[in-house]
Amino acid sequence: MCDMNDQHYQAIVIGAGPAGLTAGIYLSRSRVKTLIINEGAVGGQMVLTHEIANYPGVEKISGYQLASVMKKQALAFGCEIRSNVEISAMELSGERKSIHLADGRQFTSDVVIIATGGRSRMLNVAGEKQFKGRGISYCATCDGDFFTGKEIVVVGGGNSALEEAVSLTKYATKVTVVHQFDHFQAFEYAVEEARSNPKIHFIMDAQIIQFNGQEKLESVDIKHTVTGAVSNLKTDGVFIFIGYAPNTESLQGVLQLNNAGEIMVNDRMETSLQGVFAAGDSIAKKYRQVTTAVGDATVAALSAAAFLHEMSRTKKAAWSN
Amino acid sequence: MLYTNLKHIESAAQHAGVISENENVMVICGRMGPMCIPVYEIAEELESEYPHVKFFDMEFDNPEAAVIRNLPEVQNFMGIPFTIYYKNGKVVKATSSIQTRKQVTDILNEKFGQKVNV
Repeated sequence: MCDMNDQHYQAIVIGAGPAGLTAGIYLSRSRVKTLIINEGAVGGQMVLTHEIANYPGVEKISGYQLASVMKKQALAFGCEIRSNVEISAMELSGERKSIHLADGRQFTSDVVIIATGGRSRMLNVAGEKQFKGRGISYCATCDGDFFTGKEIVVVGGGNSALEEAVSLTKYATKVTVVHQFDHFQAFEYAVEEARSNPKIHFIMDAQIIQFNGQEKLESVDIKHTVTGAVSNLKTDGVFIFIGYAPNTESLQGVLQLNNAGEIMVNDRMETSLQGVFAAGDSIAKKYRQVTTAVGDATVAALSAAAFLHEMSRTKKAAWSN
Repeated sequence: MLYTNLKHIESAAQHAGVISENENVMVICGRMGPMCIPVYEIAEELESEYPHVKFFDMEFDNPEAAVIRNLPEVQNFMGIPFTIYYKNGKVVKATSSIQTRKQVTDILNEKFGQKVNV
């Protein structure tokens, strides 16, 4: 099944989060020549997790450490990994798939597993890019201590937003939660904990429409969605936790996606294109956990290996006739 | 303790030596956290492509890292890592928080010269 061309692989996995690394481990261990191509750092969203305590078989581990072990396992089985590259184009519809990198390199394969994961959603309002790292943050454990004794805003209404709001009261004197709806999506325990914290205040039915400042963030403009009124709130920092978006922009019109941009798959993790499988946070599913990503990817890799086996068997049969 | 494959700067004196003895230096001052790890990984990968640049990291919470935390260029920074680019001992660029590979290479190319083919 191997092609003599070094740039040709039996399987290419796009993404090196828990799903991509798991697919790499399973495929390489099955003696499938596999390349993982990753646009970001190895580990994906998993490295954003300070501590993982619900990964079966491991009492406690940081996301970075778990990612490092998975990477080591994949490499030990012969999987190749190219990370921090930029993919310029993907051709997935033919029998031979090809992936083009911005630096001019091209890799081909018989199957592709898409495990591009997701990323923190941005608000995409004026000033957000300008003040990232200068008052705007997406990581409370990283940057919380810069806001000791200061007044800050947390944007969002899910579990992450409310849990991080509570966590940030260790540093900030006042935390104002701004949420676009009149109710929270978070579980009741998280809502209760936030509501019972005297440092946390709430502005509901409201959205930040602009970040203001000179060298660093100084205030935000907030639009109240019911009345349409706009008010200005002075703040030293804003932490944004408004969920994740799937990294599937380049797959629009290529694979069948749902309205949220998530890849549609069947129970074998097959996408709408033959020979293309998907796993992890980029697929349509309800629960996004390291464990579910690993489970999806196991199914995707085994399905891909079966597909390769069948392809090889069919070709051999054709030759013998 | 930073668990990276970069060379570590552990004291202010070592920092002074590094930036005075090398023409082009990049120092990533951070922790083992999600915003910092990707930047370390990018720097590790770029070491072979930019042999004319010396790459280092320094632990943000090391008291000796005050040499970076107190730089005038970082006084408005509120996100780690603080990444400092030195040319002939002088700060020529500083960035706050996570950066992409392209953002880092754009700075390296502009301040220190293009990468070499490897």
